[in-house]
Amino acid sequence: MLQYAIRRILGALPIAFITITVCFIIMRAAPGGPFDGERPLPPVVLANVRAYYHLDKSLIEQYFIYVGGVLRGDFGPSMSSYDHSVSELLAIGLPYTLTLGFSAFVIATFIGIVAGMVAAVNQNRWPDYLLVLVVMIGVIIPNFLMASILQLVFGVYLQWLPAGGWRAGEITSLVLPVTVLAWPHAARISRLMRGSMIEVLGTNYIRTARSKGIGQRLILARHAIKPALIPVVSYLGPGLSYLLTGSLVVEQVFGLPGIGRYFINAALNRDYGLVLGTTILYVILILILNLIVDMIYAWLDPKVRYR
Amino acid sequence: MKLTPIITATAVAVALAAGTAAAQAQTLRTFNGGEPASLDPHRVSGDWENRIVGDYIEGLMTEDENAEPILGQAESYVISEDGLTYTFTIRGDAVWSDGTPVTAQDFDFAFRRLLDPATAADYAYLQYPILNAEAINGGTMEMDELGVRVIDDKTIEFTLERPTPYFIDALTHYTAYPVPRHVLEEFGDAWIQPANIVGNGPYNIVEWIPNSYIRAVRSDTYYDAANVAIAEVYYYSMDDITAALQRYRAGEFDILTDFPTDQYQLLLDQYPGQAHVAPFLGLYYYVIQHNMDGLNQVEVRTAMSMAINRDVIGPQILGTGELPAYGWVPPGTANYDYEGYEPDWVALPYEERVAQAVAMMEAAGYSASNRLTLELKYNTNDNHRRIAVAIAAMWEPLHIDVELVNAEVAVHYDQLQNNDFAGVGRAGWLMDYNDAINMLELLRSDIIYNYGRWNNPEFDQLVRDSANITDMDARSELLRAAEVIAMEDVAAFPIYYYVSKNVVSPRVQGFNDNAKDIHRTRWLTLTE
Repeated sequence: MLQYAIRRILGALPIAFITITVCFIIMRAAPGGPFDGERPLPPVVLANVRAYYHLDKSLIEQYFIYVGGVLRGDFGPSMSSYDHSVSELLAIGLPYTLTLGFSAFVIATFIGIVAGMVAAVNQNRWPDYLLVLVVMIGVIIPNFLMASILQLVFGVYLQWLPAGGWRAGEITSLVLPVTVLAWPHAARISRLMRGSMIEVLGTNYIRTARSKGIGQRLILARHAIKPALIPVVSYLGPGLSYLLTGSLVVEQVFGLPGIGRYFINAALNRDYGLVLGTTILYVILILILNLIVDMIYAWLDPKVRYR
Repeated sequence: MKLTPIITATAVAVALAAGTAAAQAQTLRTFNGGEPASLDPHRVSGDWENRIVGDYIEGLMTEDENAEPILGQAESYVISEDGLTYTFTIRGDAVWSDGTPVTAQDFDFAFRRLLDPATAADYAYLQYPILNAEAINGGTMEMDELGVRVIDDKTIEFTLERPTPYFIDALTHYTAYPVPRHVLEEFGDAWIQPANIVGNGPYNIVEWIPNSYIRAVRSDTYYDAANVAIAEVYYYSMDDITAALQRYRAGEFDILTDFPTDQYQLLLDQYPGQAHVAPFLGLYYYVIQHNMDGLNQVEVRTAMSMAINRDVIGPQILGTGELPAYGWVPPGTANYDYEGYEPDWVALPYEERVAQAVAMMEAAGYSASNRLTLELKYNTNDNHRRIAVAIAAMWEPLHIDVELVNAEVAVHYDQLQNNDFAGVGRAGWLMDYNDAINMLELLRSDIIYNYGRWNNPEFDQLVRDSANITDMDARSELLRAAEVIAMEDVAAFPIYYYVSKNVVSPRVQGFNDNAKDIHRTRWLTLTE
């Protein structure tokens, strides 16, 4: 298993390298540059600024300067932030994004699995219908709208929870953002869980277990959950990367200092360094998460073997 | 990537912030707009950065509660007869927040750093009135030739290229701020980190969480600290202004420095008196491609300008009452004795204007079968799109087919600068300093901001002449003549004069609306 993991990590290196190269080329090919804005810089100043960021050098040179920096762990300067390098910005923002993403992930996964099971066991009765309703709300309402509604209701009208910001140590400031982020995720997991649970509960070996007189709880706990989880687990990998990258809207609406916003804003501002840095970070995260999911998957399903 | 120490530092900073809730009574919480690119006065370029930098550093001159220039770090100044030499005496009690005295050498160092090409300061050109500043910044002259001279520790002298009536105003700008030489020499570019930063203004920066907030506390070493009421300021950065308004409504912000225009009615209804909309020194306009057939005829341009119904744009399309603009220099501009320029046809009823405009277009050879086709380019934004759609419709009866083209801001301005547009393009200008020349220069034939390549030698000459005049009335007259030439020739289509949009909680006192939209925290007070 360790050997398998190492092989996967080594295999990921070329992927990361290709990502850097493609991303580098696409960014430079996009029209407009980091210093085109509402107010153009005088040519002299523009020349000074471009020299500062090596933009006056040839593309090939710029590429090698950048890759050389990345290999030394330096993502270079950000063009929209003079006082913080890309590495610093990512290092400051990442803990917030991870806290947000993982909290939402854990909560959504737990709620999704439990709700899916409850619905499956009570198929076509009121708990099942209630679940479908709640799930539908989570899937239908886009997250920016959901965020605004929750902010308005709980922040402005009821004033129960902060409408934004990250107040240190105060778990209350996490409640709304995590809810917005977790809801659609929990909804998808519960639907997967419900479907696969219903299927498992109809299989022969469950019927055999029932006929042996084993109680419902024991059947669920010992025989049904593990196989029913398999489709859920295969969704968790992409699901988690969705939560980490999809925190953009939530971070913007609630004013949280995460890195999700860099994905869009840096690209729009042609902040070459920050776009590349964010992309590399996410590539690494997603590769690691997929590896972990694959390992859990193999543990759950004896048919899967490491090769 | 060095992760661990920074995470620890953040955690400590976050933990410290938790203790501040109790002190909220003297804490001002400002929604400040975007994330500052820097706190270094030589690297910033936005009004959101100005609000922070101007609270922690102060120049020789500073702004009073109405944003008029008053003495700051200087206690007095003398202007020579010929208007070319300014000598400033620095206050005896002017000190940096670490206790080091503020000296003439700090200012001298700052101006050299600003104008050094290696610093690559965006706004260095604001100090080009100083002798040889432009050449030095362009790298064609040695720094020693700069017209800044230290006379003694507390006296500094500026020699100008030519008499410049707005120089005192330009000295309130952050490009004229001093920097703590002793700290820069010790830490280099890292002087700006909250652990190292030193200022000479009413507040000290103590904490910075990127994309969240910057926190500053009142400086004990500031000479006027006894009269600074607010003890602590948070400058929050958020991209989503609708969300910022929600947080204001939830009581989490005291000041919003912008608000979504579609929420203006809600603010008027539910928070009367809290939305501040005031004239602001800036112009929203469309540039015209003067190298294009049709648009190179003044009759066509005049007809198009007449057909733009500016009266509906501010009140109805934008909803925040922006003032219609027919001239180039915003009303209220300093050193300019004229109100906003208006052509004769403004007095006509709109229908009649359109009828005349159609006749002019037909005289120029356009008809239902021979229509003028042009692009209208704008950078992607809801308001820009709404205005573009409206204006395209207003031009429709003039036998003009408009193709709307939008692009994100970086692409849009890249195309404008390269004169790469076949028709008209949206642009805007917020004045850097309060003088008519700052607007009129945009139309000079030799400047990159003249996107449409309008070229009028008579205009250029008037603008050039105005630079060498010391008599303020005569200068004002020359500039007005230039404006009239540009507007009669329809160099561009002015659309509306900008307004500043703030929301101010009733607990904040001393927030005076002004055309520069500068409100230093020093002049504000909080009541419970």
